[in-house]
Amino acid sequence: MTTEEVVVAITDIITTIAPDEDVTNLDRSERLRDQIDLDSMDFLDIVMELRKLYGVHVPEEDYKELATIDGCVAYLHPLLADKELHCAASA
Amino acid sequence: MHYDAIIIGAGMSGLAAALRLAMFGKRVVVLEKHELWGGLNSFYTKDGHAFDVGLHALTNFAPARARGAPLTRVLRQLRIRHEELRLGEQAVSELRVPGATLTFTNDFGHFEAEVERRFPDQRDGFRDLVAEVRAFELDAEDHPERSGRAVLEQHLSEPLLVDALLLPLLYYGSARERDVDWGQLVVLFRSIFLEGLCRPQGGIRSFLNLVIKRCKREGVALRLRAGVARVLVEGDACRGVELEDGETLTADWVLSSAGWVETMRLCGADVLRARVIEEDHGRLSFVESISVLDRPPRELGIEAATVFFTTSTPFDYSVPADLFDARSGVLSFPSNFAADGKPPEPAARVTILANHDRWCELAEEDYHREKRRAADAAIESAASFLPDWRGCTTYRDVFTPRTIRHFTGHDKGALYGSPRKRRDGRTGIDRLFLVGTDQGYLGVIGALVSGIAMANLHVLSAAVGREQEEVAR
Repeated sequence: MTTEEVVVAITDIITTIAPDEDVTNLDRSERLRDQIDLDSMDFLDIVMELRKLYGVHVPEEDYKELATIDGCVAYLHPLLADKELHCAASA
Repeated sequence: MHYDAIIIGAGMSGLAAALRLAMFGKRVVVLEKHELWGGLNSFYTKDGHAFDVGLHALTNFAPARARGAPLTRVLRQLRIRHEELRLGEQAVSELRVPGATLTFTNDFGHFEAEVERRFPDQRDGFRDLVAEVRAFELDAEDHPERSGRAVLEQHLSEPLLVDALLLPLLYYGSARERDVDWGQLVVLFRSIFLEGLCRPQGGIRSFLNLVIKRCKREGVALRLRAGVARVLVEGDACRGVELEDGETLTADWVLSSAGWVETMRLCGADVLRARVIEEDHGRLSFVESISVLDRPPRELGIEAATVFFTTSTPFDYSVPADLFDARSGVLSFPSNFAADGKPPEPAARVTILANHDRWCELAEEDYHREKRRAADAAIESAASFLPDWRGCTTYRDVFTPRTIRHFTGHDKGALYGSPRKRRDGRTGIDRLFLVGTDQGYLGVIGALVSGIAMANLHVLSAAVGREQEEVAR
């Protein structure tokens, strides 16, 4: 997966969890919680979906790394580099 | 047979927990002793009439996509869309105390204006109260128990207003006589007044069917007529259950919606004796009558979706010494919620407090006679302040604490369970957790929140945590 595909993977997961939220023009450096309605239960779901779709483990102390899209890419790209993107909206 | 999780009870809390776990790949079985799901919010058909067991109204109304609303959270966690519920809002409800009637709607400004109109000298006190309700941090660490009544009385010097507020807060509901823990009061105040009342199109069975469908799609095994006879405890850990027919099922986690005392009893007499105290027993139960009418209540001049009333002050929310107490109660008119499809059969529901033990002492024929007498008394009470619908009644069904206990297994038909809630869901026995009423969230939405929160906290997070340890090793 490329870094752009990681962005797609994350926004796709967010769309699964929060289908009502508009993920098309998200600022990558701003906190996700400040842009869309996500709470800690939603973050648990993001982590669970990452595990379900890609077998990726994110320990609780690292949740804060996922606060922004840039943070997600930085943290997840090494873990997802050798994985295939799974979703309907392929880049 | 081994499962990741066994859920005891196919009510709203059990089903929500099951769905969350199954969504993340856990192997789940839900065990329900009744032949139908729903628990305290089940449904039935009698002589061609479709009735909801518990539902008067859904609290926690929020429009689609309302940010931060408990309903939004629940729907998101269960992956159910708001549109699927087809919620019909109430137009208005009433609080009736002697000398005052306050109406409230799903717009809180309406109620604030009502309070100011009727009790102008309480305006500032009421505002301070509401500010305190709004400021209360629900998700923060466990708050020590605090009398809700005392907080109300701190802000409000008018006992009639205190009673008027306590009417819906206690009836919707408190497991404790005459009072409710302040934290619970905040939740209930928000659910009823700040959020609002509504009814799903088709009643509770439609809502349940949505949840059941999701469960089935995620592979939840649902077993009806599968009552649990024992919870198997070895040392200080739970390892599974034994059914009434002797079959044994094991699991890594057991989540029980049977209630605190009921669950401890399932663990055995020793556990029960060691962990349950007298104060744990819930005793508040009710008699409810459902009268099918030959015309919509509106035609009789009844506009309210729900009416909470007390014909005497102070309002006495307690187990009556006699079979029932018709001085106070709740009325509900399903027709007076908006409907975007076929409206429900016109009906009037009246609920009053009742003494479970007295009902169970009755001989069979006395029981049926007393059911009629209780329903008559409740309806007579209602007719003293609302248009009389007795002449328009085509059918009537009545259920008592005995009925509630028989179908749900909850001790003493205690609808709101134990007065002592276990907010973290822990039982003190490893791998055994509570969901539902005795974990502490009430109402249909509350029950869903409970199942979701406990599944998230004790199983999903724990599972994720455990994997980290295994991966790290």
